[in-house]
Amino acid sequence: MELLVAIMVGVLVAASVHLMLARNVLRFLFGLILISNAANLTIFVSGRLTPESPPLIPEGADAPLETVANALPQALVLTAIVIGFGLFAFALALVYRTYQTLGTLNSDEMRLAEPKGENGK
Amino acid sequence: MSWILAAPIIIPFATAVLAFLFRRGPEGRWLSVVGSAGLLIASGFLMAEVLREGVVAAQMGQWAAPFGITLVADLLSAVMVVITGITGLAVAIYALADVDEAKEALGFHALYQVLLAGVCGAFLTGDLFNLYVWFEVMLISSFGLLILGGKREQLDGGIKYVTLNLVSTILFLSAVGLLYGMTGTLNMADLHGAVQEVENPGLLIVIAIMFMIAFGVKAAVFPLFFWLPASYHTPAFAVSAIFAGLLTKVGVYSLIRVFTLIFTTDVAYTHTILLWVAGFTMVTGVLGAAAMNDFRRILSFHIISQIGYMILGLALFTPLAIVGAVFYIVHHIIVKANLFLVAGVARRIAGSTDLSAIGGLYKTAPLLGLLFLIPAFSLAGFPPLSGFWAKYVLVKASLDAEAYWIAAVALIVGLLTIYSMTKIWGAAFWKPHPEGQSPKLTSLTARDRAALLVPIASLAILTCIIGFYPEPFVAFAERSAEQLLDPTAYVVAVLGEMPDIAPDPADVAQLEAVE
Repeated sequence: MELLVAIMVGVLVAASVHLMLARNVLRFLFGLILISNAANLTIFVSGRLTPESPPLIPEGADAPLETVANALPQALVLTAIVIGFGLFAFALALVYRTYQTLGTLNSDEMRLAEPKGENGK
Repeated sequence: MSWILAAPIIIPFATAVLAFLFRRGPEGRWLSVVGSAGLLIASGFLMAEVLREGVVAAQMGQWAAPFGITLVADLLSAVMVVITGITGLAVAIYALADVDEAKEALGFHALYQVLLAGVCGAFLTGDLFNLYVWFEVMLISSFGLLILGGKREQLDGGIKYVTLNLVSTILFLSAVGLLYGMTGTLNMADLHGAVQEVENPGLLIVIAIMFMIAFGVKAAVFPLFFWLPASYHTPAFAVSAIFAGLLTKVGVYSLIRVFTLIFTTDVAYTHTILLWVAGFTMVTGVLGAAAMNDFRRILSFHIISQIGYMILGLALFTPLAIVGAVFYIVHHIIVKANLFLVAGVARRIAGSTDLSAIGGLYKTAPLLGLLFLIPAFSLAGFPPLSGFWAKYVLVKASLDAEAYWIAAVALIVGLLTIYSMTKIWGAAFWKPHPEGQSPKLTSLTARDRAALLVPIASLAILTCIIGFYPEPFVAFAERSAEQLLDPTAYVVAVLGEMPDIAPDPADVAQLEAVE
C-alpha cells in the first residue's frame, strides 16, 4: 500500500516538473498545484498507512486498545492544504493581473525588471 | 516566562490588526511605529531573560514537548529578534515618508507588521512544522508588500519571486514529512537525539540536502539566488530595506539552526558542500554587482555575496567560524538595510537610482555622503567599522582550519566589494549631475527629512558602535557559538532532560577532526 502511494507521488512529481519547465506561467502554476499535492501525500504516507483503524479510544479506556492510524500527519496535511490554497489563490491572482498588465504569459518575455542588453552600460 | 517568548509574535500581530482597521487615516502609520517600538522593547526583555537564564523555552497550550509546539530562545534566536526589532522600528519610521497614502490604504502597515511577526516566529519556534508555518506567514506578507502599487516592474519581479519561493516551500514541506516518517518527531530538540538513532544514515543525508536546498533558496545562495536580483529593486524603498535586511537572513538562520542542531551526523559531507556553496555564492554575487549600474541592483547582488560569508562560517563548523557567522549576521542586517534606506533618499532628491542619471550628491548633500560612507565601508570591511571585525574573524577561522583557498576568496571578494562601493560613490556622489541639477536634502519637507534621516543616522551610529567597541559583541557571539556547537542546554531547556542516548562519541570525534 505504501509502495503504491509512493509510486503515485513519483508520477505526480514527474508530471509537475514537466509542467513547471514550461515557459507559460499558467502551466507552471498548474505544476505547482500538482507538486504541492504530491508533498501532502508524502507527509500522509510517511505517517504509515493503517486502513480501517480510526484513532478512537473506547469509552472508559485511557489509551487506544490496538494499533490505530497516526492522526498527526493528517493534521499536518490539513494545515498544509489550507496554507497552500491561500498561496495559490494569491499566485493565480498575480498571474492574472500580470497577464492583464504585461499582455503575456511567456516568462521569456517578462524582462521589465531586468531588461536585456543592459550590460552595465 | 512564556509571555516573554510569545510577546515578539503577539505584538506585531495585534498591531497589524489595528493598523489594518485604521489604514485609511494617519493613525495607521503611527500605530505601526508604536507597534515596532513595542516589539523592540519586548525583544529587549527577551534578551535580558536569555542572558540571565541561558536558553528559555515555553510549551504553548501546556502540551509537554515533544508533543506540543515549543517556543524557545537561545542567544542566537534572541539576538535575531532584537535585530528584527531594531530594523523593524527604523524602517517603520522611514516608511512614514517613503510610503504614499495609496499604498497605506491598501494595507501596507498591516502587511509590514505581519511580516515582522512571521520573522520573529521563525526565529523563536522550536518545531520544524511550525517553522514551515512561519515561513508561509512571512512569505504571503512579503508577496503583498512586493507587488503593492502594481507597477509593471513589480509584477514582473513578483512573478519570479513568488514562483521560486513557492517551489522551495514545497521542498521544505516534503523534507519535513520525510523526516517525520523516519524519526516520528518534529520537535527540533527531540530531533537532535532522534537522528542519532536512525538506522539508514544515507537517507538522512538525502533529507539534509533537501533542507539545504529549501533553506538555500530562502537564503539566496549559489545557484538558487535568481529570484533575489529579479525582484528586490522593484518595490518601495522601505520594503526593499526590510527584505534586504531580514528575509534572506531567516534562511541563513534556519540553515545554522538545522545544521548545528539536527544534521550533524555527517559533518564531513554536508558541511563540505556548504563550503563550496559559500565560495561560489561570494564570487557570483560580487561579480553580478560589478556588472550592474543601478544603485539598488548593485546592493541586491551584494546581499548574495554577503550571504556567502555567513554560510562560510557555518560550513567551517569550528567554534571561531560560528562566532564569525553570528557576528556577521548581526552586522550585515544593520548595514544592508541602511544602504537601501540611503538609496531611497538619493532617489528622492536626485530623481533616480540609475547611476548614469544621478550625481552631485557629495557637493550639495554632504551629510548623505557621510551616511552612505559608513555602511558602505563597513560592508566592504574597512577597519575599524563592524564589517572589518566580521570579516577578520571569518578569515582567521578559515586560516586556522587550513582552508586557505576560501580565505583567499573571502579577501578577494572584499576587494571587489570596495570596487562596487566606489562605483556608487563616484557616480552618485562625486560626478556632477548629468542634467545640471543640484540635489539638496533641503528640497524635502522638514517632516520627511526627519523621518528619512533619523533611522539612517541611528543605524549608522550602531554600525560605528559595533566597530569601535567590538569586544562585548564578539564575547556575545562566542557564547552563542558555544550554545550552537553544544546543544545540550537547548535540548534540556525544551525537553526538561537530556534524552537517554549515548553522548554520540562519533559526533565528538568528528568535531575534533574538523577542528
